[in-house]
Amino acid sequence: MLRSSQPLTGPNRKRCREDEMLLGTVLGEGERGFIIDTRSAQAAKQARMTGGGTEPKSSYLQWRRLHRPLERGRPLQESFVKLVEACNDASNNMDRWLSRLESCRWLSHVKAALSTACLAAQCMDREEASVLVHGAEGTDTTLLVTALAQVILDPSCRTLAGFQGLLEREWIEAGHPFHLRCARSAYSHARLKQEAPLFLLFLDCMWQLSRQFPFSLEFGERLLLTLFDNAYASAYGTFLCNNEKERRESTHSLWACLNQPGEKKKYLNPLYSPNALVIWPSVEPQSIQLWQGLFFRWIRSSQYLDEAWAEIQRLAESN
Amino acid sequence: FRTLFMLQVENVKLLDRYTNRKAANGTLYLTATHLIYVDASAEVRKETWILHHHIATVDKLPLTTAGYPLLIHCKNFHVAHFVIGQERDCHEVYTSLLKLSQPVKPEELYAFSYNPKMSKENREIGWKLIDLKVDYQRMGIPNDYWEITDVNKDYEVCNTYPPEIVVPRAANKAVVIGSSRFRSRGRIPVLSYLYKENNAAICRCSQPLSGFSARCLEDEQMLQAIREANPGSPFMYVVDTRPKLNAMANRAAGKGYENEDNYDNIRFKFIGIENIHVMRNSLQKLLEVCEMKSPSMSDFLTGLENSGWLRHIKAVMDAGVFLAKAVKDEKASVLVHCSDGWDRTAQVCSLASLLLDPFYRTFKGFMVLIEKEWIAMGHKFSHRCGHLYGDPKEVSPVFTQFVECVWQLMQQFPCTFEFNERFLLEIHDHVYSCQFGNFLGTCHKEREDLKIFEKTHSLWPFLLQKKQELRNPLYRGFTAYRELQPNTLPFSFQFWCGMYNRFDKGMHPKQCVLDHLLSCVSQKMKLEDSASELENKLPFLDGPLPSEACSLSKVGSAASKTPMLNTPQDYEGEPPPALSNGASAGDIDVMSDGDQKHKENLPRHQDLRDLNVTIDILDSEAKDGEPQHH
Repeated sequence: MLRSSQPLTGPNRKRCREDEMLLGTVLGEGERGFIIDTRSAQAAKQARMTGGGTEPKSSYLQWRRLHRPLERGRPLQESFVKLVEACNDASNNMDRWLSRLESCRWLSHVKAALSTACLAAQCMDREEASVLVHGAEGTDTTLLVTALAQVILDPSCRTLAGFQGLLEREWIEAGHPFHLRCARSAYSHARLKQEAPLFLLFLDCMWQLSRQFPFSLEFGERLLLTLFDNAYASAYGTFLCNNEKERRESTHSLWACLNQPGEKKKYLNPLYSPNALVIWPSVEPQSIQLWQGLFFRWIRSSQYLDEAWAEIQRLAESN
Repeated sequence: FRTLFMLQVENVKLLDRYTNRKAANGTLYLTATHLIYVDASAEVRKETWILHHHIATVDKLPLTTAGYPLLIHCKNFHVAHFVIGQERDCHEVYTSLLKLSQPVKPEELYAFSYNPKMSKENREIGWKLIDLKVDYQRMGIPNDYWEITDVNKDYEVCNTYPPEIVVPRAANKAVVIGSSRFRSRGRIPVLSYLYKENNAAICRCSQPLSGFSARCLEDEQMLQAIREANPGSPFMYVVDTRPKLNAMANRAAGKGYENEDNYDNIRFKFIGIENIHVMRNSLQKLLEVCEMKSPSMSDFLTGLENSGWLRHIKAVMDAGVFLAKAVKDEKASVLVHCSDGWDRTAQVCSLASLLLDPFYRTFKGFMVLIEKEWIAMGHKFSHRCGHLYGDPKEVSPVFTQFVECVWQLMQQFPCTFEFNERFLLEIHDHVYSCQFGNFLGTCHKEREDLKIFEKTHSLWPFLLQKKQELRNPLYRGFTAYRELQPNTLPFSFQFWCGMYNRFDKGMHPKQCVLDHLLSCVSQKMKLEDSASELENKLPFLDGPLPSEACSLSKVGSAASKTPMLNTPQDYEGEPPPALSNGASAGDIDVMSDGDQKHKENLPRHQDLRDLNVTIDILDSEAKDGEPQHH
């Protein structure tokens, strides 16, 4: 699986032999690959006007391009803000709640992200074909897809250590601009241009996977919530910057803290049992739920659910 | 099959939401009680059983290239889509099913022919398992204020009430009889639940025959007696669970609701829950949403909203919560009614009792609750569940809504019920199956007339035997929680996939936590359970019990030890789907073998299917570069 940013084809359909060769070397004789473009075909076409674009078919003969538009940027941030507003609506009216849940479209984005990641995974696992994923910049929806696809495909990414490695590789080192994306979160009126909850969307998809495969992740919801918190406001430097270049040596790593034996235990999933297989989630609407542990965290008591988890822990340990 | 079948049809396909035309050919059998579909094409034989009583509708669909389709909708929300090779066969199955699924006389119901290996004594003991008098004793009744009266022993007061009812001591026979003439169907105010801690009571009745101005001294005295049975409170609530408009309209028909001016110290309140017709339509719309093939998230949420289903569930829950709060926090007694006092009233009273009293959250207690508030107090199960051929406008998911409210509570309070979701689903199945006599007819008198107690079996011993699978492994015991105060904000209500999309296995979590936890618990609990089972004096089948050790080894053994196999669904979001669903081999569905003959069976071990079709879909995609979105 490869990732990149968009090719700079431009309005004049420029070619780049080196790029073609690079992609050519990935595939063997007679093999084919898939390019998953996370923009709509129309958006990708329009990108040519500003110097970007898509890989022209004639120059990349072995590659088939698929478009799977995923929301990003301002619209995604709006979706998030509207959801949080809906959750805090005290009007006690069921129709209003369902209407707001639908119109904010957050769960639609979750479904789309999981579907696209599954598609990428299918290409590799079922078609045994290589996959190139890119959107425009290669720093947002691209990473969402490649990271999720790896969790789906690779059992080692589902271990605590493996997941940390995945985050380091696919989000931090890959250059997701955390500083810009996670500047203020949903309650702010600032509406910053660069803000977008891609990382949260990723964590939400991870939560959906943990719900559908409760035995297959070595970590639990608590880790996901901690990562969410730290992406937005943290004592650690892990999510502080926009890319490797900006990273400073003088901060502490979140991982160092989480991995201490006393701390680590809190984040482990008591039901974990290594699953060597690929995990294919269902993306039917009935299978995707609103992440209550995150969105209702401060709105309703979690006492009874916490007690249930304590019971599960107790039972699993005594086994 | 050793059982004789009435009809056998070859060349039948069973489609599900994920199959394409490549579904295998199987054989359809009709017996006196079941439809059985057998697919012997793969290595593992798959059987699908459908009880005739569970069939709600059978429809012939337009002819397709594959054959003659028959769509069967069941009352437990199983949807079976068959395609039959020959038109004559299809028609024969169609007409047979129509007849078999709509018995005319009660004697035709399954309960009268169901004959498990059991001695006469044990069958009778089964009927005595639940004794409502014991529950009243638990509440402290009879006491200074309340008594169990046999004034209705010959059904002179009310022919839909049980022979023994609980009324205030202060209400003498004249008051009781007088009040019964002023209440719809004679359903006078009686006790449902007494909250011992403060003497507040939940009582239930039907609407008064007040019209615009009629009064009845005895009825007013009855309410006074109820109020005075709770000296700790200066007033009592009278709650009408109908929307105000409906209640007012009833006045024109000589019925209506209590006038606060005529009854001393009552606070009257409407808590609007819609009527049976609205609920029937709401469920219909919900099921249409559930059947949508590959809907978008928007389609699903909009459909859910438009059905109004969760809005109605919330309305029932809100009413139950109001009652519980009035009793516990305000220490005031509450009298509840709707129109006839056996639909919404039953829902709300049983829910309130559950919220207040942890006993009703145990196996035994829940059975008592249903026996008391639904069976003894009368509820038109036969009409609401369409047991017999009759008026479709009488059918309504009243009991279903109550069961769902219990499930919603389980989601909020996972450790507080002794039983799990499967227990609820089993009860729900059997309300419609007519395999047991408990839910036949509409009231106690009718059951006596039908000789239910002599000729049929009780459901409860049957369920108690399966306790191991039906228990809640997270149950923290009787004393861990007292009153429940659920959050009733809209977001607290979830869509119950396990009920309304129960048979779409691909939609559910691929790994079953319940089974794993049950196996963790079972070793410990085994000893404790045998002790309490002896206490309950369970009737045992004369034949050998389904081996507990056997079912235990099934429970949870596969859960985490064997790697879970599953297959991808169609992530294109397009019908016809190219890929199989996720519910393939490794799906852990626990049912002991003994159940198979008497309930629906679902394909458990499916093989991985052929997935070469991916290539076709992806090829056609890439041709024009446009995504094939719906």
